[in-house]
Order: sequence, then structure tokens, then C-alpha cells
Amino acid sequence: MNSYETLPDQLSTYVNKWKPKKGSLVMILHAVQDYYGFVPKEICFVLAKELKVPLARIYEVLTFYHYFRLELPAKYRIAVCMGTACYLKGAPDNLDAIKENLNIPEGRATEDGLFTLEIVRCYGCCGLAPVMSINGKIYGKLDKKKSLGILDEYRQKETDS
Amino acid sequence: MPKLTKELLDTYKTPASPETGYIKVGMNTCGISAGAQKIYDAFVHKVKEKNIPIEIKKCGCLGMCHAEPLIEVKIGGKPSVLYGRLDREKALSLLENKSLPEFLVEESPGQKKIVLRNCGVIDPERIEDYLEKQGYQAIKKSIFELGPEKTIEEIKKSGLRGRGGAGFPTWRKWKSTRESESSDDNHHGRFIICNGDEGDPGAYMDRSVLEGDPHSVIEGMMIAGYAIGSSTGYFYIRAEYPLAVERIRKAIAQCYRYGLLGKNILQSDFNFDLETRLGAGAFVCGEETALIASIEGRRGYPRPRPPYPSVKGLWGKPTAINNVETLANVPYIILNGGENYSRIGTGQSRGTKVFALTGKIMNSGLAEVPMGMTLREIIYKIGGGIANNKEFKAVQTGGPSGGIISKDHLDTPISYESLQELGSIMGSGGMIVMDEDDCAVDVAKFFMKFCFDESCGKCAPCRIGTAQALKILEKITGGNGRREDLDNLKRICHAMQKASLCGLGQTAPNPLLSSLRNFEDEYLEHIEDKICRAGRCRELMKRPE
Ligand SMILES: Cc1cc2nc3c(=O)[nH]c(=O)nc-3n(C[C@H](O)[C@H](O)[C@H](O)COP(=O)(O)O)c2cc1C
Ligand code: FES
Repeated sequence: MNSYETLPDQLSTYVNKWKPKKGSLVMILHAVQDYYGFVPKEICFVLAKELKVPLARIYEVLTFYHYFRLELPAKYRIAVCMGTACYLKGAPDNLDAIKENLNIPEGRATEDGLFTLEIVRCYGCCGLAPVMSINGKIYGKLDKKKSLGILDEYRQKETDS
Repeated sequence: MPKLTKELLDTYKTPASPETGYIKVGMNTCGISAGAQKIYDAFVHKVKEKNIPIEIKKCGCLGMCHAEPLIEVKIGGKPSVLYGRLDREKALSLLENKSLPEFLVEESPGQKKIVLRNCGVIDPERIEDYLEKQGYQAIKKSIFELGPEKTIEEIKKSGLRGRGGAGFPTWRKWKSTRESESSDDNHHGRFIICNGDEGDPGAYMDRSVLEGDPHSVIEGMMIAGYAIGSSTGYFYIRAEYPLAVERIRKAIAQCYRYGLLGKNILQSDFNFDLETRLGAGAFVCGEETALIASIEGRRGYPRPRPPYPSVKGLWGKPTAINNVETLANVPYIILNGGENYSRIGTGQSRGTKVFALTGKIMNSGLAEVPMGMTLREIIYKIGGGIANNKEFKAVQTGGPSGGIISKDHLDTPISYESLQELGSIMGSGGMIVMDEDDCAVDVAKFFMKFCFDESCGKCAPCRIGTAQALKILEKITGGNGRREDLDNLKRICHAMQKASLCGLGQTAPNPLLSSLRNFEDEYLEHIEDKICRAGRCRELMKRPE
């Protein structure tokens, strides 16, 4: 289990490198999220001290940008693109099928903690629309069947391991 | 690594292609997600294992997304050919000199590649590849032949206007940034920013250039920096584009190693540093003043202009912000001359524009065409027409700030002006094609929802306007619309256009207003007959056949 009381070495080095630069907060938050998969509250306390800025200033920025997550996501992060190209090519139907299959609304995690479901705006792979990504890996030219098949592959991987 | 001098730079020449031939695999995000990485790895493995004298190379994207993964083959002394949609086994059989005629693909005719000149041609991760394509010759010319003023003059002659949305003349932005007074006339007196936020969902030319030819954008930044008198530039790239970020970072590191960034570039007295900053999923951050706030490490709220960033930008200093595609044009213009460039195009819109063709089009992908080409030529000649034998209905350009153009206007030659006359904008170049199964009201609702979600909430006209308009549109698509709703929608739109603080709110009504103008009959069908002819709005009936 991670303890969030202090910065791990990797982050500490990063923070020290960026601290003297002006306007580095967004970049530091990116590094934190890359490390933990989200931005833990406790780490914000540590950052506030390190950067000598009020906690409110960190939260103000953190909550403005959709990209930052405040909670630990599930093991597999499904992000369905609802950009224009994907929308026209049937993304809403796929999304409904996935929601029904996982039995969760968007923004939530499944009970077994395996999947979270998010909506994103365009991966720039619109030529392959409709598109979704799972932990950053992009799947294109989806339909309902293919989408659900991919979820099953991940479930299978889980039971195998 | 010896630092490059201007003499050393000239030693890079296009090498004769190897006798034994090569195979190139397109490795942008789209190619990779279609399986290109696996194919590339398999090629490399096989060639090594069997000791086959064929060079295996990577490249960016040729823009033919519909045919990914894309493989270029030049072996056995034959001319090079392109294959699309191959799986691993079939691809490997190419090494045995097999030809697979049914998988051959061809690039669409009628394009003019300037921005995309190297995309799909060179390996974006090798600076040598770029150097061999006259890379960094343009910055050399600027420094040693032109000087800053004449560099700006060349850009003026070219007629280049911003490709990120508003179409502002690039030379004027540079000149004004150069001439604005700065409180610090040393190292950090002025800035150049590359806008790689590409927030328009359905547009991806900037991603393609950043991934496929990062050095051309870097060189464009250097020239801009040199021209405006800046020694620091920032790339602002959206976090949703990890590969673009990686390739730009790699390219920047290579430039430092070669002495193309840092102090005394090519032994001149020009110093220039580049950094990357990531966006974090806020559409409004593509707007220049919001983008500046974001680089400053704050919430990405826009602020009223003037003062324009060219007067008071990043940390209060004069700043030029240019789009990726704008900058990728710059080295070409400097090398080939502004006049030469300005021969391409029409009216006040010179040069080429890259469009991302998506939606119900046969060949979705990127197309770089001379300004002035008609929508029909782009959609039918280059895009191959509508997929699945359906009927063309409309094309949406300019994303959430753009408009929906009906088939009556297909023969319009595209330019900044003509699109504006049609109630749309050039925008970044997204071109989303709709067929008879798409509903004009539903699409307008989609964009209004987008703007509602992305409104930063700072000004009331945008925050409240998008909410009210969305509510009415939902009422209409839900079967509860009333005739007077249309007038109310128009009133809300006009208020937003007039009173919003930034471009987001000012242009958010465009998709709605243009669809109202072009497809009013469909709105009326929704309201009076409770019919959605496309069958998209689930609460309504589909029109009986
Ligand atoms: C809401 C909004 C979003 C924008 N998003 C982008 C974007 O993603 N990329 C971009 O280059 N310009 C975007 N712009 C335009 C920029 O504000 C700016 O005009 C542009 O980057 C200037 O570069 P250019 O002159 O080279 O086009 C946006 C503008 C608005 C109002
Ligand atoms: S709209 Fe889905 S990837 Fe662009």
C-alpha cells in the first residue's frame, strides 16, 4: 500500500527540478497522477508545503482540469470517446452497451474494482471512429459486439492470472 | 556529438535509397492502434533472423487513416507501392517478394503537401532524416541571410494566416510582438508559444504533424522566435496526445545535442530554448489567453482582449501564439520564398490547408489541399464520397465554433471568407461528413452540450446561454418543442455572440444557428409533426418511408 505522507524519490526529484520554474504546478500534478494513477489528497498537503503555496491554490487548479482524477481508478480504465466523429459513428450505442454490461454509469467503478468508465473528447484517432481506450491502449472501429468482446478479453486475462 | 555549424548542415543530403530496398511502417497513434507496432516488430525480427538485406523503417502518417496499418514497400528494384489493412502474416509475406494486389492502396490525387511534406516519409524520431530533407536550412537562411525583419517580410509576402481558428495574418502577429515594449529586454523578454491543444473533437491534423514531423514545427518555432526577438518558446500540447508529447520531447533533446537549440545556434548569436507544457483536458485552454493562464500554472480562464498577447502575454511579456500547422508552414515558406507560397490559394486565403475528413465518408483521413478547392472535390474526389451508398446530408467544419453546411453549398471554394459567409469557420480543419441517418437538430444539440460542458463559467452569457439553449434543444428532440422555441433559441444565440467574454461563448451558437438556417424544416418537423426523419431522436417517430 502506498503511503502518501512523503513524496517518493522519483516525484521528489521531479518536484525539485520543476520547483524553481515559474508556473510549474500543472506539470507537477501531471507527474503525481502519472505516478499514482490519481492525485491523492495527502500528497497535495505535502506539495503545498514543498512549493510553499496554499492548499487552496493547488485544489483550485486541480479541480479546474478534467484530466486530473481525485480518486484511485479501477485496475482497467475504460475511456469511451464521445467526440464528434465517434458520436456520429455510433459511440452512444456502444457506450450504452458497455454501461449495461458493466452495470455502472459513467464516472463509476464496477463493484469488483476491475473497471472504471469515463468519457473523453477525441483521441485524434477519428479516422478509426468509434474509439475507446483501456489504460491508454486505443481500440478503433468498434461496434457493440467488438466493445463487449474487448471487455471479456480483460476479464479473461484477470481470471487467468 | 559535435555541434552543427552552417557548413556541417549542408553535408546532409538525401541519400540514394538503398539498392536492396526498404519497407516503411506508418507508426502514428492511429497506425499503432491498428496494429502497426506488432507488424514493425515482426519485420525487424524476421529480417534479422533470416538475414534479409531489406531496411525496415518507421514513419509518421500518410493521412490515410481508413487503410491503417499502412506499409510502403520498395524492393527488388521496383517502384514503391503502398499496402493497407494488412495483418501480420500477410505483411511478413512481403519479405518473400510476394505481391498482394488486393491490398494495394493509393494516395488520393489533387493534394498539395506542404505541411505534411515529410509526414509518412521520414522517421520522426531521427533528426538525421529531417536534416536530409533540407531540415534546419530555413532557420539558417533566416539567421545568415534574412535577419528578423526580412523574415517577417517573407511571411507577409506568403499571405500565411493562422491555421488555428481565427485566421489572423501571421506576419502581423509577429511584427506586433516584435515591436511591443517589454519590461525585460534580455533573455525572457518575449515568448513564442505553439498551440498544440487541438481541442476540436474530430480534428487531428496537429497531432499528425507533431507525431509525424516534429522537427518542422520546432524549426517553425525557432524562426518565429528569431523573428520576434524571443529566446524562449513553449509547446503547449494536450495530455490526450502522449505520443505527440514524446516525439516532440525526443526531437527537442536531439536539437540540444546537435546545437540547434541552446546558445549560439549554428555559431550565430541567436539563443533559443524550448520547453513542453501539457494541457489537462480543458477545451477552453486552446483559447490563447486561457492557454497563457494554464502555462502560468493557473486555472485556464480566458481574459478580455485587448491587450492582445502580442502586447501583454505570458508573464505580462509580448507573446506570439501560433498553431502547429501555421508553424509547420514556416520553414517551407522561408526556404521557397513567400511569393512562391502565395501563388497557391485563392483571394485572401493563400497556401494549403489540412483537413481531417471524418464521419460518414468513405476514405476518412487527412487531406492537404490548396485553398480554393471546393467542398465537393474534397469530399468526393479525395474522400471518395459517402460510405455505404448513403445520401450526403451536410458537412460540419470548424468544430464547436463552426457551422453545418448543406448540400446546396458543396460547390463553394473553401477559404476563410467563403466559410464565414456560410455561417461556419475554417477553424482548425475538422470536416465531419453527415449522411441521411444524421439529424441536424441532434448534431446542434451535441455541439451545444459540448460547449455547455466546456464553458469555463467565468462569464454569464456563455455559462447561462449554453445551459438555456441546451435545455430548449433537449425539449425539441424530446418531442416537447414549441414553435416559439426557435425564436428564443435565436435570441439566446445573439446575446451570446455579443456579450461573451471569449471565443468559446461568442462562437458556440454557430453550429445551432447554421443548422437552423439550413435545416429549419427539420426543426419544424421535430416540433410540429413529432418526427425525426433520420431516426436519431429516440422519443420521436421516424418518418414513414
Ligand atoms: C474556445 C477556443 C478554443 C481554441 N482552441 C484552439 C486549439 O485547440 N488550437 C489552436 O491552435 N487554436 C485554438 N484556438 C485559437 C487560438 O485562440 C489562437 O487564435 C490560435 O492558436 C492562434 O494561432 P494561429 O494564428 O497560428 O492560428 C481556440 C480559440 C477558442 C476561442
Ligand atoms: S472523435 Fe473520437 S477519436 Fe476523434
